Amino acid sequence: MKMSQVELKNVSFVYGAGEPYEIRALDNINLTLGGPLMTGFMGHTGSGKSTLVQLLNGILKPTSGQVILDGKDIWEDPKKIREVRCKVGLVMQYPEYQLFDETVRADIAFGPKNMGMSREEIDRTVMEAARFAGLDESLLDKSPFDLSGGQKRRAALAGVIAMRPELLVLDEPAAGLDPGGRREILGRIRDYQRESGTSVVIVSHSMEDMALYCDRVIVMAHGQLKMDGSCAEVFSRYDELVELGLDVPQITYVAAALKAQGIDIGRDIYTVKYAASCVMEKMKKYNMSAGGEKK
Amino acid sequence: MNLDITIGQYCEGNSVLHRMDPRAKIVAAILYIVVIFLAKNLFGFVLLCASAALLIAVSGIPARIILKSMKPLMFIILFTAVINIFWMQGETLLVHFWIINIYAEGIFNALMIALRIILLLIGTSIFMTYTTTTIALTDGLEQLLAPFAKLKLPVHEFSMMMTIALRFIPTLVEETQKIMNAQKARGADFSTGSLMQRAKALVPILVPLFISAFRRADELATAMECRCYTGGEGRTRMNVLHARVSDFIVCLLVIALGAAVVLLNQLGGFSLSW
Amino acid sequence: MSAIIKIENLSFAYPAEEGQQPHKALDNVNLEIEEGSFVAILGHNGSGKSTLAKMLSLVLMPDSGSVWLDGKNMSAEDITEEDILQARREVGMVFQNPDNQIVATVVEEDVAFGPENLGLPSEEIRRRVDEALAMVGMTKYARHAPHKLSGGQKQRIAIAGIIAMRRRCIIFDESTAMLDPVGRKEVMATIERLNREEGITVLHITHYMSEAVRADRVVVMDQGSIIMDGTPKEVFSQPEKLWEVRLDVPQTTELLYHMKKNGLDVRLDIFDPDECAAEIASALASL
Repeated sequence: MKMSQVELKNVSFVYGAGEPYEIRALDNINLTLGGPLMTGFMGHTGSGKSTLVQLLNGILKPTSGQVILDGKDIWEDPKKIREVRCKVGLVMQYPEYQLFDETVRADIAFGPKNMGMSREEIDRTVMEAARFAGLDESLLDKSPFDLSGGQKRRAALAGVIAMRPELLVLDEPAAGLDPGGRREILGRIRDYQRESGTSVVIVSHSMEDMALYCDRVIVMAHGQLKMDGSCAEVFSRYDELVELGLDVPQITYVAAALKAQGIDIGRDIYTVKYAASCVMEKMKKYNMSAGGEKK
Repeated sequence: MNLDITIGQYCEGNSVLHRMDPRAKIVAAILYIVVIFLAKNLFGFVLLCASAALLIAVSGIPARIILKSMKPLMFIILFTAVINIFWMQGETLLVHFWIINIYAEGIFNALMIALRIILLLIGTSIFMTYTTTTIALTDGLEQLLAPFAKLKLPVHEFSMMMTIALRFIPTLVEETQKIMNAQKARGADFSTGSLMQRAKALVPILVPLFISAFRRADELATAMECRCYTGGEGRTRMNVLHARVSDFIVCLLVIALGAAVVLLNQLGGFSLSW
Repeated sequence: MSAIIKIENLSFAYPAEEGQQPHKALDNVNLEIEEGSFVAILGHNGSGKSTLAKMLSLVLMPDSGSVWLDGKNMSAEDITEEDILQARREVGMVFQNPDNQIVATVVEEDVAFGPENLGLPSEEIRRRVDEALAMVGMTKYARHAPHKLSGGQKQRIAIAGIIAMRRRCIIFDESTAMLDPVGRKEVMATIERLNREEGITVLHITHYMSEAVRADRVVVMDQGSIIMDGTPKEVFSQPEKLWEVRLDVPQTTELLYHMKKNGLDVRLDIFDPDECAAEIASALASL
């Protein structure tokens, strides 16, 4: 699959520009997204992350600056904005509220149809998307309104995957789901990213999710980019994250507390499994030194 | 598409008009409408314009906001005015072209009718929507109509429906915007194609919107029941309305304005036909 | 202490679709909630916890078994509209979607909605509304339009609406599920304060274990039955059982669980990062 790159150049976005109550949601953002990676956007409500993702596929138009897709400003020809929306797939928050067609199959086919794909191609891409989203074939001929909450969410996700976007952007894909549902949908998104080799961007409040599923993490606050790097890089600066009002994974605190107890397992602890393996390493050393003393 | 609603918006303030009893405001607004229709000649309209200016000044609402709210209605105002120019027959023929006759009376009529619509808008919005919260308005309406409840008319139910409708308008507008964006992201196109195609393109918006509205209605009904709502009977109100002397004075002033307009009508001059 | 809510052998099934077995949402559930306690009901979506909430708010009626509110059997044959109304004065509900439970266009008018339905005199309503808004920390927003508030603030308004009715028990039906972390914290802090300071009984239905940890008692539901019931320490020290029903445990417990499996002698019922670190350090030191 072709690899697209989206570049934001000096992008600012102001809600209600010129009005007395204008709100500057994004302030001079420079950023490049692309490559076969899972990228995570973090930040609390009002940090500008939801605005940013809507700029990526032209749902919103920047107040100033440029959004560049494969070397071309997407707003150069506003008539062609639909092509941009097909290349950059956007799954909005609570996407199950966009389902409308009589069957799940028809609903997933809505995007591909709008793109003018041929019938066979639509059939193929719908099946493929349903597989990625973990929807059993028997569900495809049901009404989307008869599905369970988690299934509806995945059907909506399939509706965007079926458009074969080169960049897939998801705003809070796991919002409101229970832990099992969160793991399922995020795992599916990650598998999709790995298999298709495309670029996926997810926006989330949950640091735990970021830590488990993302390769690159971008932290936003007050409409600006604050951090950008690997999970290890970002989470090792956890004190700054706390200052920005973000919830650091509990395990990061445990690592800090362990260090205070004289057991240093490093600053870049953000998953439980990694923390456990680090402590086990320490344990082996203890065992060896303890064994040495006995001799 | 931008869903901007300026009509019917409450403007925070503490003017005499803001503090009036909503019932008095409704009565004053109705009286004001009657007065507007009483005016027949230029003198009457000059007086009415002065009264409208006074109302705006007293309310403390920026004239800019009022003008902005009139923009969407400009078409209707112009349309009625233009129709009048061509339809009205009079004595002083100004332009004669093919089958079109334009009379001086027609132009006067058109101007006055446009002015009348604008005055109606200013009067009702200043007395009611701009200076009264929707809840006070529905309260006032409910209490004014209370005598009709004795005739088994569902007055309380009607005002509750109004309150809920007003409460959910912004929520549903926001939701519509969200659904539209979601479908746009799936390549939906709302702005090109034939009328039929455009109508069809609305299905992916309307279906989710209706489903969501029904779900909301259902949940709201449960929530209201859980808060012991059983209809209007036995219900009391936190804010009891008290009519004050100033409320009567305002209503009297509007009546006086009407009397003045009727007097001015006697002066003659160009007279409005309807 | 007496039980403000008692559920006996409660079963309920949603009507079946064509050609399918009826879906059993609740299967012989027994539960007693002590007055003044803070109980969390934990379970994944579809575990039956929301059906239970609907039973308690008397929106649904059980197929068999009974719901007792404040010592009165609400499932008895001779129960009247009047009794249900009376029970609703004791037990309040806060729902999941903050938008769909606000009736009025001004915050204080919405808080007043419940007391107005009770037919209280105006001055009493005014006093209760002011008091309730102060209790949830929303006095500043009394004259605001609710649709402009954040999700957390809307839920606090909903809570104020219930406090103003002087309810002794509040059921939160996934009231934090749609909120962001800040909103969740606000609502949780409000819930805890109401329970500890005002002595209001709280039944908090959630799928966030970080919230359940703060309750006095955790009840875990799966497939319409109660499968675990105990203090947070008792419940969360059994991670395998919770994982099996698609739930989570605190990360501290998860870490200690991994340590234990690798032969380190540690307790599992620790939720505080500092205590967790201390436990690991002392276990390592004793090697």
